[in-house]
Amino acid sequence: MSHLQIRGIGKRFGAFTALHAIDLDVQKGEFVVLLGPSGCGKTTLLRTLAGLERQDSGQIVHAGRDISRLPPAERDYGIVFQSYALFPNLNVGQNVAYGLSHWRGGREVFRQQVDEMLQLVGLPGTENKYPAQLSGGQQQRIALARALATRPDLLLLDEPLSALDAIERVRLRSEIRKLQQRLGVTTLMVTHDQEEALSMADRIVVMRGGRIQQVGDPQTIYHRPANDFVADFIGRGNLIEGVATASDEIEGLGAKLRCNATLTSGKSYRFYLRPEDICLLDPLETADNSLLATVDKCEFLGPVTLVTLSPLVPGQPTLLAQFSGNYLAGRSLEVGARVRIGLPAARLQPMPEAA
Amino acid sequence: MSTATASPTSPPRPLMARLDTPGLLLVLAALALAVFLLLPLGALLRHSLLDEGGRWSLQRFQDFAQAPGMAEAAWNTFWVALLVTCITVPLAFCYAYAIQRSCIPFKGLWRILGLSPLLGPSLVGAIAFIQWFGTQGVLKALLGETSVYGPLGIVMATVFSSFPHALMVLIVALATADGRLYEAADALSATRWRKFVTVTLPAAKYGLISAAMLVFAYSVSEFGIPKVIGGNFKVLAVEIYVQTVGQQNLGRGAVVALMLLIPVMFAYAVDRQVQRRQQAAMTARAVPYQPRPDTRRDTGLLVFTVLVAAALVAVLGMAMYTSVITFWPYNLAPTLDHYTYGLADAGVGNAYLNSLQIALLTALAGTPFVFVTAYLLEKTGTPGSALRAAIQAMASLPMGVPGLVLGIGYILFFNHPDNPLNGLYQTLAIMVIVNVVHYYSACHLTALTALKSLDREFEAVSASLKVSRLVTFFRVTLPVCLPAVLEISRYLFINAMTTVSALVFLYSPDTLPAAVSILNLDEAGELGPAAAMATLIVLTTGLFSLLHAGLTGLLLRRHQAWRSASR
Repeated sequence: MSHLQIRGIGKRFGAFTALHAIDLDVQKGEFVVLLGPSGCGKTTLLRTLAGLERQDSGQIVHAGRDISRLPPAERDYGIVFQSYALFPNLNVGQNVAYGLSHWRGGREVFRQQVDEMLQLVGLPGTENKYPAQLSGGQQQRIALARALATRPDLLLLDEPLSALDAIERVRLRSEIRKLQQRLGVTTLMVTHDQEEALSMADRIVVMRGGRIQQVGDPQTIYHRPANDFVADFIGRGNLIEGVATASDEIEGLGAKLRCNATLTSGKSYRFYLRPEDICLLDPLETADNSLLATVDKCEFLGPVTLVTLSPLVPGQPTLLAQFSGNYLAGRSLEVGARVRIGLPAARLQPMPEAA
Repeated sequence: MSTATASPTSPPRPLMARLDTPGLLLVLAALALAVFLLLPLGALLRHSLLDEGGRWSLQRFQDFAQAPGMAEAAWNTFWVALLVTCITVPLAFCYAYAIQRSCIPFKGLWRILGLSPLLGPSLVGAIAFIQWFGTQGVLKALLGETSVYGPLGIVMATVFSSFPHALMVLIVALATADGRLYEAADALSATRWRKFVTVTLPAAKYGLISAAMLVFAYSVSEFGIPKVIGGNFKVLAVEIYVQTVGQQNLGRGAVVALMLLIPVMFAYAVDRQVQRRQQAAMTARAVPYQPRPDTRRDTGLLVFTVLVAAALVAVLGMAMYTSVITFWPYNLAPTLDHYTYGLADAGVGNAYLNSLQIALLTALAGTPFVFVTAYLLEKTGTPGSALRAAIQAMASLPMGVPGLVLGIGYILFFNHPDNPLNGLYQTLAIMVIVNVVHYYSACHLTALTALKSLDREFEAVSASLKVSRLVTFFRVTLPVCLPAVLEISRYLFINAMTTVSALVFLYSPDTLPAAVSILNLDEAGELGPAAAMATLIVLTTGLFSLLHAGLTGLLLRRHQAWRSASR
């Protein structure tokens, strides 16, 4: 039996259905990220787990205990909000100790626990400062320390990084992940940032319109999206349509393309190809799975360059390719240049048919 | 274990079981507001719509329309209020403009002087204007043939006492300006006048409307001023008093009160509409406007500010001066007789102590009630429930109800022999209650604003940490909202100390409040002792404000170090 079982959780706000009978299992120690655009129901699901919203239907079982109807205080979790929600009038030490029982252990044990938590989040010695004296990233670490101080069995993170600047966000991302792995605390995080989800999660739950679109590890979600929405939402991509001409070949983009899948001849398929999977070939070489294209646009983004390409065969959609600096090493791409691009067969996976 | 694992399909718990402590407290708050606000107003409605035989009819309104002088009183009330609004709002606007948008020196002083009329009952102005322009007034010649006893005096005294109310609204309205708009106007080389008309005025539009409605409603419901300086000039507010107290005609009084309620409610409704729109006007990205020195503008505004402030001081000062001289203007020898013989020996001294008690109790009981109700409303339970909507509506209502109207409603409701709360009538308790209810809206708004600025998730975080709501209330919510709480207590104290309108119907000889005693002293021709009492009130509220400011400062420094903590 999984550690956290969510069975048929439904929630409506008036005429709006926020959650359509959500089912989800989370294993002990797992880091699960709920990912989706705003309004997809991810935050509602998290708040339902926290007991801050009451579901209209369904059941939540946590560590063998049905918590569906328990008030927040009787559930066993710590929570961190996007706004940190640190108490401004209490100093860091008092904030971290807020949930610790005052009568147990006495002052010394108490201080030890606070010290330990601050050590854990990498901010030892800050207990006498007020939240206003800390940077956003530091405040979020304190919020994390406060949530973990009571040793909850479940950690809920509600967009914990979205109020931070880009550099701090990346740094804290790996810190939270490291901390979670060290403590082995089962964690659910809500985010709309796909990069954050990919870098932190054991498993990603992609949601849209109150329904789960796909559940899987980051690699699967990225390379084998279950539907157009997931494909679109997680990074950039190219949709290639084609008709199978053999069990492993299609006619698409005006060329014959092989792929590593079993296809039914004569049937239409759609393939999803990430920009970085497209490679540059020698224009004179007529390799398999390659075609000629013209460079329409080059967008230099520092480490990588995004290139928009039009296949030479007229009437075909443009392709988006991404080349890293060291891949291009020396080669220069200019608008109007003619290039030969390769679409690796291994990367061409047909999309599941839309239901 | 079997009891803990409730089946998800178990039926919803009955209503009583779902009512947790906060819910229960909210119900109690709603009941209190209903009993002390809605039911008295309901009694007023009933009384004006029932004829002598106890049948529903508009008989009383017909009688009212036909009664001699009533139409005249209604018209007088209206045009005086209109005139007062047209004078006060521009004056207060320029004054507020000087404070917020210029570089004149001593802005703090001008602000305090501008707000100083708040410290005394509205009667202070009336008394002072009698001294300046009355039969023996030094400046009587300025008025020519016109007597100060009448519309002229009413308008002057009402402008004086409504000025700080308009000023407060306009200072706030002019406080927030988007500097970017002025920079854009400068970049387009707009003239000074064009900037004022296209940027300043539109931004302050809502504040101006709000101030105008406030002053209009103030003037319509003002009772003490026309009573003291109005002479034979009839206005509705005095008519209520005459009908109710003088002729014991409660039904007629109720009808007049209703007539008074209509324009005030109208002004209040306009103001509410305006405020709702204003919230969207200021965006988070606006850059605060910083005025730069401008000799021509600053000199003009400084002269204006000094003149207005001097006039305010002259009015307040004259009332205080009157209390310490023998007989204006013939014998200017300093004396304390008005305090000793006029007040203490005449047995009016108790009135001062009564008021002090009422004001302290109003602050001490009203502040927790207002704040806790606002807290329960904002931070507990599910938002949007019918109970919450009802409380919110009841909390906003008193702003649109003149004190006189509330007072009549209280007589009709509590003085009714069948009312189980009949025992409250004429006690100090009912005066405390009527004060809390009368000044509820502004306090409620202050509390709600402070609470809304708190992170919405504090309660959720506490629950996840298994800390009770009560602990979080005392450890976090209350300390963070302390300035607002203190402000509410100060507001309640000062208003309870200076108000006349609702209390004038509710006191007994033993519970006579100070501000009402001024009215009675004036009626007896004892202007000196009346001025002495007014001075006592001004000194008390002034001293209270000073103490309050000191205490607030001390508290903030001692326990609120986090506020000033910087990185």
